[in-house]
Amino acid sequence: MGDLALHVRDHLVLSGCALALALLAGVPLGALLARLGAGREVLLGAVNAARVVPSLAVLAVMLPLVGIGFAPALVALVLLAIPPIAINTDLGLRGVPAPIVDAARGLGMSPAQIRSRVEWPLALPVVFAGVRTATVEVIASATLAAFIGGGGLGEYIINGFASGDVAQQLEGAVLVAVLALGADALLGLLERRFQRADGSQPDWGRQPG
Amino acid sequence: MEKPGGASLRLHGVTVRYRGRAAVDGVDLDVAAGEFIVLLGPSGSGKSTLLRTINRLVLPDAGTIEIDGRDAAAEPPEALRRGIGYAIQAVGLFPHLSVARNIAVVPELLGWGQARIAARVEALLALVRLDPARYRDRYPRELSGGEQQRVGVARALAAEPRLLLMDEPFGAVDAIVRADLQEETLRIHRMLGTTILFVTHDVDEALRLADRIVVLKDGCIEQVGSPLNVLANPATDYVAALLDSKDAVRRLQLLNARDALRSATARPEMAKGDDWPRVTPQATLREVLSVLLGGASRTMVANDDEVLGSLSFDDVRAALARTEG
Ligand SMILES: Nc1ncnc2c1ncn2[C@@H]1O[C@H](COP(=O)(O)OP(=O)(O)OP(=O)(O)O)[C@@H](O)[C@H]1O
Ligand SMILES: [Mg+2]
Repeated sequence: MGDLALHVRDHLVLSGCALALALLAGVPLGALLARLGAGREVLLGAVNAARVVPSLAVLAVMLPLVGIGFAPALVALVLLAIPPIAINTDLGLRGVPAPIVDAARGLGMSPAQIRSRVEWPLALPVVFAGVRTATVEVIASATLAAFIGGGGLGEYIINGFASGDVAQQLEGAVLVAVLALGADALLGLLERRFQRADGSQPDWGRQPG
Repeated sequence: MEKPGGASLRLHGVTVRYRGRAAVDGVDLDVAAGEFIVLLGPSGSGKSTLLRTINRLVLPDAGTIEIDGRDAAAEPPEALRRGIGYAIQAVGLFPHLSVARNIAVVPELLGWGQARIAARVEALLALVRLDPARYRDRYPRELSGGEQQRVGVARALAAEPRLLLMDEPFGAVDAIVRADLQEETLRIHRMLGTTILFVTHDVDEALRLADRIVVLKDGCIEQVGSPLNVLANPATDYVAALLDSKDAVRRLQLLNARDALRSATARPEMAKGDDWPRVTPQATLREVLSVLLGGASRTMVANDDEVLGSLSFDDVRAALARTEG
């Protein structure tokens, strides 16, 4: 594997791990937000605030706390990716129309059945849109991870910078853009499968899980 | 489709309070198996709240509800609800499920086999007059408002409930579609014998559908009676105003030509024949009136093969007068 390919691999591994962890944390956080009564505004405010903090600042804060390397870069990216996922999960779950939940209760679904058969399937496209946003943000921001020794294409660009190789810098930058846009397009295609031509969603109930 | 019949229902002292204020206030009501009851009242009179105590979507603060003689509170609420049909104005079809899967929801909850469910879906689509081949695999947003209501009714009937609760199920469709759906509901009621509790604030809808109308005001029952009885003998000024019972045309709609013939002066032999317009014995007196207003002095009441008599303005007026008192 060439130098460039190695950096692409590191970039994707870092982004992928960050997204996976952000999903594990963001979806339950969003679900909690949606169910929260009084404290909801506060928690939502905190999540939203986290959203506007620049990733570079997060990285800067991470440096003294967790040191340098893969782990702190990962933590910073996870923090970056959680807000869009959590906020969209909250939006999706709360966007389920009340009459539909009422009908589900009236037909005799248990609270657990209402969640798994009605609320989550209906929220899923919105949650997915949040994941898509998070993915683009993470792939783009993973470039900055190089500043705290996280590797990836950022490192490739910095190396080019150090050796005065403009072509290498450009190559790295273009590749980051291609990866981010490519992931966005791929997820967009997937998203369209959730949404049929007529605007309806496919039959979630038949799918396992 | 076999006839599952209807459940009997007994409400005793049912009371629901929201922040100290009674939304339903000590309601007593006995409903016989197979009856079609319409809960009628203005917005906020407690119709929906009362209806929802029956399937325990609302828990009453006081009172008891017996279905077929069994206390509804004794059963787990989910099991109770699966045995009671429920159709609402907002329809509440699941947008992510096809028509067939929407209808199959309760049978699936009850663990029916695939083949039985598929057969049931076909039968129900036919019952609500939607061609199964065309509609089975569509999604709710591919249906008109009226078609959605039909699917909502089919879904409510899916597990052969003996009791059906309908909360303004036709509120969101235009007058023509609504009349059509009312007709279908009556046909299904006759066919299946299901006990129906139907909420509306549309007086004409109530008069058209009900065996008995329950008039509600501020959570209390104001009057219970047959449409004609409530219309002709309103118990209170409130009922009279709500039903606009001075409106004679409304009452004419509830009487038919056969009723009027009983007091009619004209006998079959007096039916002069072809120059009088004909109506069927089932024609409402409103239709008879409109025929008479067309210029004829009398209208003939006849089946295909038999002349039963004839009616004049005076006969119509006499029939109307007999409903009062
Ligand atoms: N969940 C609730 N919390 C507080 N008050 C409620 C609730 N549900 C109903 N009410 C109140 O109870 C009263 C009866 O409401 P209900 O919905 O039963 O009326 P309705 O006769 O069905 O009216 P409509 O024709 O508008 O549907 C109203 O004053 C309403 O504001
Ligand atoms: Mg209501």
